Amino acid sequence: MSSSVPLLTSTTRRRAGSTTLRARLERIANAAVTPLVPADYLDLFNPLRAGAELRGRVVAVTPETADAATIVIRPGRDWAGHVPGQYVRVGIDVDGVRQWRAYSLTHGPRPDGNISITVKAVPDGVVSHHLVHRVQVGTLVHLEQATGEFVLAPEVTDGPATAKLLFVTAGSGVTPVVGMLRNLFPVTDSGVVRPARSAHLDITVVHVAPSRPDSIFIRDLEALDAAGAIHLVARYDDVHGLLDVDTLGDLVPDLGERATYACGPGGLLDALETHHAARDLVLYTEQFRPATLVVGEGGEVTFAGGASIETDGATTLLDAGESAGVLMPSGCRMGVCFGCVVPLTEGSVRDLRNGALTTAVPGETGPEGIRIQTCITAAAGPCHLDV
Amino acid sequence: MTVVTKKDENPVAHLTPEDIEQLGIELDAIRQEVLDTRGERDAAYIRKVIDAQRKLELGSRAVLLASAFPPAFVAGTIGLSIAKIIENMEIGHNVMHGQWDWMRDPKIHSTTWEWDNASTAEGWKHSHNEVHHTYTNIVGKDNDLGYGIMRVDEDQRWVPMYLAQPVWNFINACFFEYGIAAYDLELGKNLKTPKDRRPESFTKAARATLGKIRKQMTKDYVVHPLLSLPTGSFLPTLAANFTANLVRNVWSHSVIMCGHFPEGVETYEKAAIPERETRGEWYLRQMLGSANISGSKAMHFMTGNLSHQIEHHLFPDLPSNRYAEVAPKVQALFEKYDLNYHSASLPAQVYSAWHKVVRLSLPNGWLETTTKDNLPSQLKMLWAMTTGDRKVRRVAQLRLEQQARRLRAQKKADVERVA
Repeated sequence: MSSSVPLLTSTTRRRAGSTTLRARLERIANAAVTPLVPADYLDLFNPLRAGAELRGRVVAVTPETADAATIVIRPGRDWAGHVPGQYVRVGIDVDGVRQWRAYSLTHGPRPDGNISITVKAVPDGVVSHHLVHRVQVGTLVHLEQATGEFVLAPEVTDGPATAKLLFVTAGSGVTPVVGMLRNLFPVTDSGVVRPARSAHLDITVVHVAPSRPDSIFIRDLEALDAAGAIHLVARYDDVHGLLDVDTLGDLVPDLGERATYACGPGGLLDALETHHAARDLVLYTEQFRPATLVVGEGGEVTFAGGASIETDGATTLLDAGESAGVLMPSGCRMGVCFGCVVPLTEGSVRDLRNGALTTAVPGETGPEGIRIQTCITAAAGPCHLDV
Repeated sequence: MTVVTKKDENPVAHLTPEDIEQLGIELDAIRQEVLDTRGERDAAYIRKVIDAQRKLELGSRAVLLASAFPPAFVAGTIGLSIAKIIENMEIGHNVMHGQWDWMRDPKIHSTTWEWDNASTAEGWKHSHNEVHHTYTNIVGKDNDLGYGIMRVDEDQRWVPMYLAQPVWNFINACFFEYGIAAYDLELGKNLKTPKDRRPESFTKAARATLGKIRKQMTKDYVVHPLLSLPTGSFLPTLAANFTANLVRNVWSHSVIMCGHFPEGVETYEKAAIPERETRGEWYLRQMLGSANISGSKAMHFMTGNLSHQIEHHLFPDLPSNRYAEVAPKVQALFEKYDLNYHSASLPAQVYSAWHKVVRLSLPNGWLETTTKDNLPSQLKMLWAMTTGDRKVRRVAQLRLEQQARRLRAQKKADVERVA
């Protein structure tokens, strides 16, 4: 058409040729297995292959305390790696139902390519109890790529100057910190190793727990302390009483020189924020447990388009949505046809036929929410529908 | 069958409204028992079935690559037929009913599943899950009763065209998936509508269905035969795929006919359904409007557990693998409330359904009043009704019905005398 179009070089031509061949083969494969896709068949034989949806296989479960365990997972080929301190969202089937939770990665990148999470069984924790007490080696789990901002800045880990850090951990808040520490100070058969890249770090860890036996990773922290890698200040409620954040300066005399990384329950983090803000200190935090959801009768239902409506516990979400002017998919209006199913991304709903509750927690439930039948469910507290 | 309300003896006349509500409560309790124990074992079941079905299909198609070799042709055709039946019945039908939605697995979910069939998941979910399961056996509302092309009820006026309905039904059985697709699209009604007045939803759905059919046909009749070309197996593979589709169609048509069509299953009149049907009333309609097939575990599996049609219609969203354990409890309720639990073997139900197709293809009472001796005169009358005008038909019809009534009364008297 035009002489200004550059001629293809032989390499680009070859590449273009191979991609069209590949595309052609893909088209044939797709045509051969429609309405499925080739991946549906490949998954039968190799679910961890490159190009597959990200999954992992449990390769070891090691108890840490009576109610905590470390789960080692071999991730699929497309696992992109992580930075110590990050977390991963894990989808696992408990009693046949897929549940998603976020857990800190408790090792730095390992030579065997596996990843690990350490889980403490929390009261009523469906997933944590399953992972700590029931999960079998060989189980396939679903994964998302590692994420999270609670990581050491590169200038801290790679910087030449001495870096003074303070970690404040409470309960299972210790897990991302252990991930960071294990990466900085690997453990070998002969003990803790202090590699040159970590030599400039001066780390204090204030670890808060109800009691020593309740502390996950306490032996690891004590070993690091004994090896001189960190300075551990353990505070147990049963020995020292509840920690008053205002006394932190007594526990860590050079508090003012340190950058603080804190992970634990909301109450502790809030107190630290107030404390540090008053003294103009640097604080990075990570909170694990999301705010508890309010479960009640009825509530405010919000929709993806921005509409919202206040409903009672007897009005179906379908009726509520329609009266708010939302174009709701619908069908039999009696729970039979599943034509009204939409994702619940936050909040609780109640099945009006038998009272069963379904709860979606952002960040915990699957990325696409939980699909619910709007014609037979009502709001049980504030909730959000993705429609 | 005649709509319940027009029958001499109404099979639910002995139930008070309180009985019906109590029945509903007891059925809800059965449902809840399953929900309370639903879990890992059920999830493992459907995953295993999907896994096995995919391996069977893959294996069969691999064998068919060499289908010029007769044993490979036979094995591959049988394997593919079974794989297609399982895919449609135990997996597709049930997943699209939302029976496995509770697992929260986006891949085994009613909103994402697509099946190996001419009709699109979306169209089928509307016509089947919504229309058929909500308005089960309501004449004029539930098109599953004959898929709109047949006379399925004495109350439908007989016209000569119906004489061909056994042939129609046979053709429909062979190409059942296309029949269903046409039914999902309400093709007959929409084609009669002038093009510019057809609803947009129809045009969209028709395009989607045609796209689906093209893909399905390309797979079975182009791609796989071509893949078999190197071994000279193009035609055998094509034949094997055609046979598998035929087998699947005839099988699913038979199973589905058994669900609501055998003699003794009740139908309902639109006007007789209360505006706000209670849960108990809805349950009762499902109970009397469905029929079961008795048989082995393998038979239940190959029908996608639609052999437990009664249980399926009561609880369309319970996992299919649980219908068998629910069935005795449901049957006990039928007995308690003195209702007819309609169950028979596959051959008996298929015969019964076909018998009805033939009986209703003829004017009411014709088959009943025909004996070996009066066959010539009966045929003469049928000929007259077929070629004559409306008036001739009406007169002949009245005579037939009178005769049939007399016969029935006589039979009744005979029975009483013997007793």
